[in-house]
Amino acid sequence: MDMFMEYVWAFLVGGLLCAIGQVLIDLTKLTPARILTSYVVAGVVLGAIGVYEPIVNFAGGGATVPLTGFGYLLAKGVREAVDSNGILGAFMGGFTNAAVGISAAIFFGLIAALIFKSGSKINET
Amino acid sequence: MGMCEGKTFKFSNASVTSFAAVVGKVEGEGPYGSEFDEVIEDNKGGTDTWEQAEAGLQKKSLQYAMEKAELESGKMDIIFAGDLLNQCTGSSYGLKEFYIPFVGIYGACSTFAEGLLLAASMVNAGYVENAAAVTSSHFSSAERQFRFPLNYGGVRTPTAQWTATASGAAIIDASQRPPFIRAATVGKIQDMGITDLNNMGAAMAGAAYDTITRHMKHMGTHPENYDLIITGDLGQVGSDMMYELFKRDGVSLEGRHKDCGLMIYDRDKQDVHAGGSGCGCSASMMCAYFLKKVRRGELKRILYTATGALMSPTMVQQGGSIPGIAHAVEITSE
Amino acid sequence: MNISNQEYGELAKRISPPSAMYKTIPMAFVIGGGICVIGELLLNLYQMAGMDMEQAGMLTSMSLIFLSALFTGLKLYDRLAQHAGAGTLVPITGFANSVVSPALEFKSEGYVLGLGAKMFVIAGPVLVYGISASIIYGLIYYCFKTFGG
Repeated sequence: MDMFMEYVWAFLVGGLLCAIGQVLIDLTKLTPARILTSYVVAGVVLGAIGVYEPIVNFAGGGATVPLTGFGYLLAKGVREAVDSNGILGAFMGGFTNAAVGISAAIFFGLIAALIFKSGSKINET
Repeated sequence: MGMCEGKTFKFSNASVTSFAAVVGKVEGEGPYGSEFDEVIEDNKGGTDTWEQAEAGLQKKSLQYAMEKAELESGKMDIIFAGDLLNQCTGSSYGLKEFYIPFVGIYGACSTFAEGLLLAASMVNAGYVENAAAVTSSHFSSAERQFRFPLNYGGVRTPTAQWTATASGAAIIDASQRPPFIRAATVGKIQDMGITDLNNMGAAMAGAAYDTITRHMKHMGTHPENYDLIITGDLGQVGSDMMYELFKRDGVSLEGRHKDCGLMIYDRDKQDVHAGGSGCGCSASMMCAYFLKKVRRGELKRILYTATGALMSPTMVQQGGSIPGIAHAVEITSE
Repeated sequence: MNISNQEYGELAKRISPPSAMYKTIPMAFVIGGGICVIGELLLNLYQMAGMDMEQAGMLTSMSLIFLSALFTGLKLYDRLAQHAGAGTLVPITGFANSVVSPALEFKSEGYVLGLGAKMFVIAGPVLVYGISASIIYGLIYYCFKTFGG
């Protein structure tokens, strides 16, 4: 039962974060790139003031999969790096924690681009 | 505004001797699919890139039009051609092999009317024996230049229009064979202050209203004098806005207005939001459908008003608005 | 013209159809939530396979990014996005899609100036502002630790 609730919370919290994004798109005409950027920065801020950590513990993938989770990861990395490396850590931690995500996006992006061809949307092809 | 009335040119010697249209697969599946001269099944048209595919559309549509008029490249005097891409890529690369004197023109989606009125002017003035007007647009090449990569999951808003993969070509001469181009009014740039990239219809509606109003005033006509007033690609939003503007003058276009952007797709079945757009949209609808009807005498007098959003992505990013333009061409069967 | 630009703008606003929010928001919720559930599932699987929380988290991100790249290449991600809206934008898969799709699109302009140079044309700002925000936080955190006691 506990296991099941874990998924329910991941679904609800993750879904809510996406629904907020949709509200922003529909009401404010924010472009997708701006939404992504705001989410990551919001994640950094929420991570920094300690609000996001409890959400992660509670909702798991529901909090780490949305881009706010990426921002939280950056903040967490920086905090740990400053703890062990002092001021230099401010310039290390973000990339350290984001390394896997960014590297994976670059590498899989490259491979996908080499294999596939771009194609038209929905109505076409 | 309202200072200069502009002029409406009248022609006595300009006839659309042949016309042809080539479209992509989605347009071919639309309600007028069977009217086009060719439907390209592969949207890359057998080439490697979308830009080459668009150039191929122009090449094909001009070829069809020349075949119908039994003209060879050596007998063609001049081409007016344009498209949406930077440097008018579709036109210059698509038409380079014809070795016909070439004038590249840009009026966004209004380009086909611009081409028709320039071609008619040259023929009517007697400078040339014949002149062609060709335009094209391609969904994918426009998407990658103006919006996002094709496989990007960006969301389209309900007011966004769908760039048609299409090309139309018409050859004008003095052959006295219908359809005849009788008059034309050059549009003025109308900046209505619209800044939403996804609402081109609204950016263009003001220009359509202005040009049609001036044209009818100069000709001494009313909407009732025309079988149809055909706009280029105002889409649903732009058409509704234009009706509102006419309503303020007590003029009703009821039952006399058709918008090519609203016709080219089946909006209930095809997910194209506010309708089609692009230089090729109204060009292909004119060349595949309306000009045929005029030739057969089923339409006696039409006013074709192609609308264009003179949008610069750079200016819009800098906070600028989107100016619109519309050119009107009056076409008759007698 | 028989109308001022201000009036015209108001007219445009009145006539333009709004987004069908009764449809878009639930779709974003369900599909976005669904992607998060897949993340949670992977996270648990990797932990069951004996990884610690941190490793499992990283591997989960990596797997989701891989899936997104695959679906983008198969032209399925943008189709899903037409229905999902922010539901496919906000998850990490949306970030991956914004990296993969320009790479795919601009390959025709060459591997270096096309694919390579354009890869971060959409996702670039995410890194610029995300990393910068984290550095600012790091500096503030350092000052607090050192001088704030």
